[in-house]
Amino acid sequence: MSDTIIKVENLSKRYRIGLKEKKADTFAQQLINTLKAPIENFRRIKSLGKFEDESDSVHWALKDVSFEVKQGEVLGIIGKNGAGKSTLLKILSKITEPTSGRIEMHGRVAALLEVGTGFHPELTGRENIYMNGTILGMTKKEIDRKLEEIIDFSGVEKYIDTPVKFYSSGMRVRLGFSVAAHLEPEILIIDEVLSVGDYEFQQRCLGKMGEVSKYEGRTVLFVSHNMSAVKELCPNSLILNNGNFLKIGKTSEVLKLYSGKTSEKIFSRIIENQNYDVIVNMAYIENSKEDLDSFVTLFIQLSSNLEISVALDIRLKTSDLQMPVGFGSMGTFDQIDQLKLIKGQNNFEFNIDTKTLAIGEYLLSIDITKPFVKYYDRCEDCISFEILKPTSKHKDLLLSWNYGANAINITSNV
Amino acid sequence: MKKSVIQPSQGWKVVDFPELWRYKDLLYFLTVRGIKARYAQSVLGIGWAIIQPLFTTLVFTIVFGGLAEVDSDGMPYLLFSYLALWPWNYFSGTLSESANSLVANAGMITKVYFPRLILPMAAIFSKLLDFLISFVVLLILLIYFQVLPGWQLIFLPILLIQLIMCSLGIGMILSAMAVQYRDIKYALGFIVQLLLYAAPVVYSTTAVPDQYQFFYSLNPMVGVIEGIRAMFLSRSMPWQLIWPGAIVGAVLFVFGLFYFRRMEKVFADVA
Repeated sequence: MSDTIIKVENLSKRYRIGLKEKKADTFAQQLINTLKAPIENFRRIKSLGKFEDESDSVHWALKDVSFEVKQGEVLGIIGKNGAGKSTLLKILSKITEPTSGRIEMHGRVAALLEVGTGFHPELTGRENIYMNGTILGMTKKEIDRKLEEIIDFSGVEKYIDTPVKFYSSGMRVRLGFSVAAHLEPEILIIDEVLSVGDYEFQQRCLGKMGEVSKYEGRTVLFVSHNMSAVKELCPNSLILNNGNFLKIGKTSEVLKLYSGKTSEKIFSRIIENQNYDVIVNMAYIENSKEDLDSFVTLFIQLSSNLEISVALDIRLKTSDLQMPVGFGSMGTFDQIDQLKLIKGQNNFEFNIDTKTLAIGEYLLSIDITKPFVKYYDRCEDCISFEILKPTSKHKDLLLSWNYGANAINITSNV
Repeated sequence: MKKSVIQPSQGWKVVDFPELWRYKDLLYFLTVRGIKARYAQSVLGIGWAIIQPLFTTLVFTIVFGGLAEVDSDGMPYLLFSYLALWPWNYFSGTLSESANSLVANAGMITKVYFPRLILPMAAIFSKLLDFLISFVVLLILLIYFQVLPGWQLIFLPILLIQLIMCSLGIGMILSAMAVQYRDIKYALGFIVQLLLYAAPVVYSTTAVPDQYQFFYSLNPMVGVIEGIRAMFLSRSMPWQLIWPGAIVGAVLFVFGLFYFRRMEKVFADVA
């Protein structure tokens, strides 16, 4: 089966963020501010859900995200904190409305953004199963039918008629999970809920999830920071960064973009107004193949309002000026290999040979210019990456390592 | 398979009744949850639903009936004020409960989708149990005072519908506003208290000058209270007091439905 079950088109969502309040310099001013506070508050609260003006306090949590999900697919959604994962899920599960864009879905959707939503501490486990189940969209009849199974799965049979407030937090999570695990929607949306609960129970839930998607053709969207869980469960993944859609594809490929705490392999920004000629929308580097390969690929997306040729200037410098040596400039300055832009989005790939770079951390800057004429955009130190010492089996690499270089060869395949 | 489309909505919309119907089980369990949670771990439990109105009635009887000697249309003041407090307590109780319903359940709103209207509705339905229990108390009082309700009692369902409609209407408006403006929570307490004196709870409508009677009766609670008094004391129904309030109640209800639906989309973002 390969029917498209979810189709997301140009989805955007904006929020208001708080701004620093104006501080009064004088006592009189402070007094006036205090008196004016209710009016200011009213204006601010009233505008929480409205966006007539594009002011500083507007934040785009998602911008122009489009993708499709096929039936029976288990799609991981990854990205750093603030990448827009949860916002995406909240829109998909109808909790909040998108600011613009459109989603088409086929089938019943159940979203699990929290375990045990609607649990009331004073109610018993059994009562809370009904409470939680109906909130998630089940009917009483459905729950009646599955009640035994749910209780069994949760492993809290003994306390099922005890108010939930006397439960340990682990028991509460188990109970919530087992209700969720018995949902039967066509599309299941799960947010990092698996991070709670003990390991053994997590495994059981993962097992159950994998089972349903395999045998019942259920589509699952799974958000997690637990990369091993994503790898295990999701053949395909989607990565978001700063509200931008970066890539969808094989999980192993996508995971390369997802880096840990130390290096920032992805740069992306949301463009809030249209007053630019050429701007760097997004850039990321990918360790192309095996670690044996000494090339990394730099992907750049430019947004342009003009049809124009520009030069791309990439600078590399060490993040730590003391230890590793190696920095330089590379790009497409010659008239012939300048980048020809069309109006709208332009995608480019560059291979950077890292063979001549010393071990250490590097920062990469991108300049878009018309050489000696005009400068369009600069992203200073927008990406960082680390060159690691090759393992002993890569002898050919080892030879060229540790010397540093002042010239870097790049090949561009535009 | 059912196809659904998500996109930004605009303007006023009608409530999605089929969807509301699909979630009727949720309404049921939320109502039950409201009842169970209210009296959980209390010694007297549901007995509080009897004690609260009874004590208020006693206080009113002593202060207004005894000390202030407020005219009670020639009936025992205790019965006079209880007949008013019976619907009034329901009204004021549902008002604060439903106004708070969305804020109190913000955790649910931001984590899962369901028709939000269920929350104020459940608040209003869960108060019906208290209403029913205080009705039993009313029956006991009627027996004690040896009063026999008149045939006008057949109109009781009409008044109850008016009462519930009005409560739900205001409840929907207040709850939707309270999500965004937390002022509602603070203002409500004393507004309810003010409203108590804008309705004929401690005094009789006859105390209101004739030329203001019409404006007075625009308050939906005036008709409900006076109607209930009339039917239990076998007097003729004061329709001229009932219909203006009924119209206001219906308008509030319809407006509430639309207003709630309009505000619904920002709940999860501002809750």
